[in-house]
Amino acid sequence: MTHADVHPHQTAPPGARPAPVAPGPGADVVRADRARRRRRRKEALTAYLFLAPWFVGLVLITAGPLLGSLYLSFTDYSPLGGANWVGVDNYTRMFDDPRFTKALTNTAVYVFVSVPLQLAFALALALLLDRGVRGLSIYRSVYYLPSLLGSSVAIAILWRKVFGADGLFNEFLSVFGADGRSWVADPSTALGTLIVLNVWTFGSPMVIFLAGLRQIPPSYYEAASIDGAGKLRKFFSITLPLLTPIIFFNLVLQLINAFQSFTQAYVVSGGNGSPADSTLFYTMYVYIKGFTSFEMGYASAMAWFLVVIIAALTGINFIVSKYWVFYGDK
Amino acid sequence: MTSEKNRTSDLNDTLLARTLLAVRGKKLFTHAALILFGLAMLYPLLWMISSALKPEEVIFREQGLIPTSFTLENFSNGWNAMRHSFGHYFLNSAIITAGAVVGNLFACSLAAYAFARLEFPLKRFWFALMLGSIMLPLHVVIVPQYILFSEIGWLNTFLPLIAPKFLATDAFFIFLMVQFIRTLPRDLDEAALIDGAGHWRVFSRIIIPLSMPALATTAIFTFIWTWNDFLSQLIFLTDPDMHTVPIALRHFLDSTGESSWGPMFAMSVLSLGPIFGFFLAGQKYLVRGIATSGLK
Repeated sequence: MTHADVHPHQTAPPGARPAPVAPGPGADVVRADRARRRRRRKEALTAYLFLAPWFVGLVLITAGPLLGSLYLSFTDYSPLGGANWVGVDNYTRMFDDPRFTKALTNTAVYVFVSVPLQLAFALALALLLDRGVRGLSIYRSVYYLPSLLGSSVAIAILWRKVFGADGLFNEFLSVFGADGRSWVADPSTALGTLIVLNVWTFGSPMVIFLAGLRQIPPSYYEAASIDGAGKLRKFFSITLPLLTPIIFFNLVLQLINAFQSFTQAYVVSGGNGSPADSTLFYTMYVYIKGFTSFEMGYASAMAWFLVVIIAALTGINFIVSKYWVFYGDK
Repeated sequence: MTSEKNRTSDLNDTLLARTLLAVRGKKLFTHAALILFGLAMLYPLLWMISSALKPEEVIFREQGLIPTSFTLENFSNGWNAMRHSFGHYFLNSAIITAGAVVGNLFACSLAAYAFARLEFPLKRFWFALMLGSIMLPLHVVIVPQYILFSEIGWLNTFLPLIAPKFLATDAFFIFLMVQFIRTLPRDLDEAALIDGAGHWRVFSRIIIPLSMPALATTAIFTFIWTWNDFLSQLIFLTDPDMHTVPIALRHFLDSTGESSWGPMFAMSVLSLGPIFGFFLAGQKYLVRGIATSGLK
């Protein structure tokens, strides 16, 4: 075994040089230094070899296309017509485009209604399940299952039928004597059925809440009990503040996810946002423009605007979080 | 004196019994609420399964869950309803999914080892870039990707759906594995390095075997996401021969309109089968994976 093979973590820290043994201390130090540098270079080379696939992917599949779409967004690119520079035309066009505005509004309503509801359900059930309920893992699985299935075409097809004229939901309503109709075919309720679908997938934030609840030391609750705190008091003074980082995490994550929803709206609406564009989602409009009418320059501009929206929303979230997210010493 | 003591302890006993009863009652109530709510959540799924098993004439006349008449006709009708049998689409989906799983396991674990265990220049910068790429919406890169793949003749092949996975483009899984590898003790790999093993050996003989939970999580989530994926398959696979299960289902819906719900439900049920199987097999990993990283 040569000295150069020793892992860097086994060697002395950079400041502490090995004590000179032989008469020529200078030469030894220089040699040890050189060996260390060679070792570092070798490790860096190894690291870049391990990262090679990721680097290639980063350039070809992620960063390259990202810059590509930024460029395309300033052109009128279509696969047949090629690209002409049009400046910011695509960006100004968006706001004169009633379908774009409609898609943006639909998506905003969908996101800002379904995400808070979804998180409220997730938190409520996590709290119920956290109290040492027997059979926790079974309940958790049952509630979590829709999160896994929710984005599939099969579930979107099911939804279309559940909320159709002769579907399950009307059957349920008829028990109460309420009138049925096709909820997916009515422009005033179609978006609502998609909101219900997103709320239905509250299982994944719930699992994260459960993990967060487990992090709260039981001694806090015991101390509060001794001080005579009631259940509500404990919830608002201990559970909720200590859970704010998890709520924040779930909020950011679900907002980003919801903004990018595509499959459910695409299938439920038959691919065109019907009825009357009431389920035209942002990403669906990007798809329609880019891949059915092949206005890829315009689609790229919309996609970039989506990145700006998501970045801004996440940024605002982080700024506002300073006022309500509580990071304790733990 | 003794009788008084007995009286108080009697009193205590009844109090205790009452509290216990109350607690049990409350627990029973909680369970009842949890079960009812769970049933309500699963009801649409059960309804789909039961409808798939009913003769088509009665699906929407009989809303009850238990079919009064039972048939497998919907399955055979649905299986052969499209240009190809559904077996063809299942095979296409299986090829893409298997390729994606192998690709992610290979490329993400390599990158994760470098980020978790090696020192190199610009490490923090690359790591931040990797994390940043997790949040990037697919929609912003898919148009240039489409142009790229069409230029090199990859449209209507499985390559646009598999090759990127071998280039670790699903950065979530790099992050997941970095987090996991960091929790592994360094003693083993350091001992191996001192004994003269190279990093490849440490990676393949020590880190990979110890990382099985993280690898399983990656495999399961890659499987489910790829199996469910719709947008990129819709864009890259336009030739009906190359269609996958989700695309076929959606065309089935289009071509039959509202007329053959029985077969459509039957095929929908089948399409969810593999996800359900993986869910049952990998629950432990799924829950841990989602709790530690927030994956869907």
